[in-house]
Amino acid sequence: MQHLLSTADLTRDEAILVLDTAEEMARLTDRAIKKLPTLRGRTVVNLFFEDSTRTRTSFELAAKRLSADVINFSAKGSSLSKGESLKDTALTLEAMGSDAIVVRHSASGAAHRLATAGWVSSRIVNAGDGTHEHPTQALLDAFTMRRHLGDLEGRRVVIVGDVLHSRVARSNVHLLHRLGAHVTVVGPPTLMPVGIDTWPCSVGYDLDAALPDADAVTMLRVQAERMTASYFPSAREYARRYGLDAVRLTTLPDHAVVLHPGPMNRGMEITADVADCDRSVIVEQVGNGVLVRMAVLYLLLGGSTEEEDR
Amino acid sequence: MSTVLRGVRPLGGDPADILVVDGVIADIGRVEVPADARQVDADGLIALPGLVDLHTHLREPGREDAETVLTGTRAAAAGGFTAVHAMANTDPVADTAGVVEQVWRLGQEAGYCDVAPVGAVTVGIAGQQLAELGAMADSAAQVRVFSDDGHCVADAALMRRALEYVKAFDGVIAQHAQEPSLTVGAQMNEGALSGELGLTGWPAAAEEAIVARDILLAAHVDSRVHICHVSTAGSVELIRWAKSKGWPVTAEVTPHHLLLTEDLARSYDPRFKVNPPLRSAGDVEAVREGLADGTIDIVATDHAPHPAEAKDCEWAVAAFGMLGLETALSVVQKTMVDPGRLTWAGLAERMAVAPARIGRLAHHGRPLAVGEPASLVLVDPGVQRTVLAQESLSRSRNTPYAGLELPGAIAMTLLRGQATFAALGEDGA
Amino acid sequence: MSRVLMSAADIGRAVTRIGFEVLERNRGTAGLVLLGIPRRGVPLAARLGAQIARSEGPVPIGSLDITMYRDDLRLRPARALEPTDIPPEGIDDRTVVLVDDVLYSGRTVKSALTALDDIGRPASVQLAVLVDRGHRELPIRPDYVGKNVPTSRSESVRVLLSETDGRDEVVLARRES
Repeated sequence: MQHLLSTADLTRDEAILVLDTAEEMARLTDRAIKKLPTLRGRTVVNLFFEDSTRTRTSFELAAKRLSADVINFSAKGSSLSKGESLKDTALTLEAMGSDAIVVRHSASGAAHRLATAGWVSSRIVNAGDGTHEHPTQALLDAFTMRRHLGDLEGRRVVIVGDVLHSRVARSNVHLLHRLGAHVTVVGPPTLMPVGIDTWPCSVGYDLDAALPDADAVTMLRVQAERMTASYFPSAREYARRYGLDAVRLTTLPDHAVVLHPGPMNRGMEITADVADCDRSVIVEQVGNGVLVRMAVLYLLLGGSTEEEDR
Repeated sequence: MSTVLRGVRPLGGDPADILVVDGVIADIGRVEVPADARQVDADGLIALPGLVDLHTHLREPGREDAETVLTGTRAAAAGGFTAVHAMANTDPVADTAGVVEQVWRLGQEAGYCDVAPVGAVTVGIAGQQLAELGAMADSAAQVRVFSDDGHCVADAALMRRALEYVKAFDGVIAQHAQEPSLTVGAQMNEGALSGELGLTGWPAAAEEAIVARDILLAAHVDSRVHICHVSTAGSVELIRWAKSKGWPVTAEVTPHHLLLTEDLARSYDPRFKVNPPLRSAGDVEAVREGLADGTIDIVATDHAPHPAEAKDCEWAVAAFGMLGLETALSVVQKTMVDPGRLTWAGLAERMAVAPARIGRLAHHGRPLAVGEPASLVLVDPGVQRTVLAQESLSRSRNTPYAGLELPGAIAMTLLRGQATFAALGEDGA
Repeated sequence: MSRVLMSAADIGRAVTRIGFEVLERNRGTAGLVLLGIPRRGVPLAARLGAQIARSEGPVPIGSLDITMYRDDLRLRPARALEPTDIPPEGIDDRTVVLVDDVLYSGRTVKSALTALDDIGRPASVQLAVLVDRGHRELPIRPDYVGKNVPTSRSESVRVLLSETDGRDEVVLARRES
């Protein structure tokens, strides 16, 4: 694996390798000294053009647990806010000698550009690019599901919400399908992209019909900040038709788990009592995020990189 | 000053010699060569009327970092063009007699090809108020083509008035068909691929809705409308229907829409970002079909130079547009002539004769006949060349064909008998 | 061209003997922890633990993957991790017996010692190997050895165990270039 840009590019073996490696990283948290020397001397840059304390700290913790040096480069408080281009920022990081760049950007394809434009030789980890992909989120979601459900082959996963604008949805659909799960996406037709019939998943507009069969439900944040207008008439109607509340929770099978990539809009796509119930693994997802990101950083940087081979 | 082009094949026909005296075709066939005539060995070359581009962006005034009238027309001459229509979305916008005359004069001074400025339809291309179309028509630039290209004239009532108004001076409104409310933030063709790549879609219906509206309006007020850069199968069908009714509609297609599809967006390389976007294989086939059967009248380059920083970035913030002047003929040869969908005569009709007619350029697109202006292009159809971005004569480098092998090469371009472009190694006597 | 250094019976006897040696040296099972180094150190540790359990009583058995502590990490692409399973009793103040199949340069054992540093502080660490083939590159020495086999660098020693390879055998072969 040279870069992690999308789950669509991961083979089944690569995906399982990440999940299995993350399991081993989990044992680390049982120790007194929660540190491994593996990435000592490596520099990981968190290049975040979009605000995200949660994901950034998760990557930072993952890198530090592996003894890497971490630099946080956020859009505020640096020359980026004066409009320095992606290219110039990348060239600066290359000159400083970064081994890996974890990038979150509002433009779809930004991670791909960094990996292929020839500006940097670092390994690129996509921490979310526009509405395209968020591969580590999908990996930690799959890791969490696997912990509770075992092998995901044949499992039924329902993803609910704004699929049109969701990179989490895209990454999850590709990865879960690769791992043999059956995915159904549910939401209003306005929030389904044209051509979703070509995706490896089923599409439904009725949440109540999809829940009784589900082994896992992922509620997507309905992203008010990405929408212009008229995707649904009101928040109330959205919550009524597509929100997961305590009543709908009872229609889920007993063993089913509820996930959410966060941050949650309590009261919109998920009610407070569901978010806090014992079937919700939302908090666990956060911890698993660090493990999965440790696994990714190890697999990308733990061995030789191209420069060393030369 | 006389020149003899020896052994050339006019419109791809049998070899003949062409004698040019004082900028005019003096004789064709077996000519009597004057003693002081310059001889050009044109054996194997095809002679076409000088190409006419109805849709070019020369960027001057205002964006000289991307292109100037000088560099743009020099690139045009290298592409075999003897006349180009310079679109109005400059800075300041070409919405007054003053700006169009400036552009016209710059073209004359450069001397590489005739520049026919296009006048904006609305003031500032803001889509609110008609610009002084009459003043531009009467100016030294003699504007006949009006367009807000870059933007759509979206207000139906305003478009109707514009169509009516230009009848007074035999003008034509060239519409950039793009319903704005359906394409907010659009980045590429809307379809399965845009959903997969996470790029906001530009649905075909946003082009077709305006095409349908404007052909109906043009018929209703009996005025000419020209549809810029037709890109979808649906648009082609609508235009075919309009023509079957005898309505005054003309249409153009760009070389890139004849060759390239949306799959190139997978690379997220903004060299492939353009408006209207690259479409599906089915759309490409439909526009080729439309160009072959005459539904689409002409090829127009929509040459859109951009400085490096506007393309050397992530897709979402990159500028829309591709270079086109130097590669247009090769792309049309590759997609239409070599596969047998068009003859060289057919190509001449679509790249010289018809554009000149639509733009009302009296001295271009003329037949290759005695007495006509010697504005010609000599093409070597047999060579293959690899497009190298660095070799472009344009000031910009945003060609989508970099690294591609294309057929045909321009050997020489003559504007009223003067060579405005000659490839290295051309024999002179 | 290969030669069998130890048969299945030889391996069984060696494990039995090492089991008694461990008990003798440590005067019983108190405070002992066996940690097998993946891969083949793990089934060997299990066998050793079973032998000790038969003789005197059970001892905690676990595994210690050293992949991330290797000193040659950067020479090859990142390797998949093997399981690390430290018994709940931990290693603090205990006698850790590391178990591996072949002792060669000593670097694996050095990595294991570094790994133990991050897990806790054992009272002492001992080393049990099935085969010592010489050519140490570091000052590491085994406490318990199944068989000493002088080898040249152009040879390879392969330990096969029924748990991982379907049969028990130790084979010496000329290394293919």
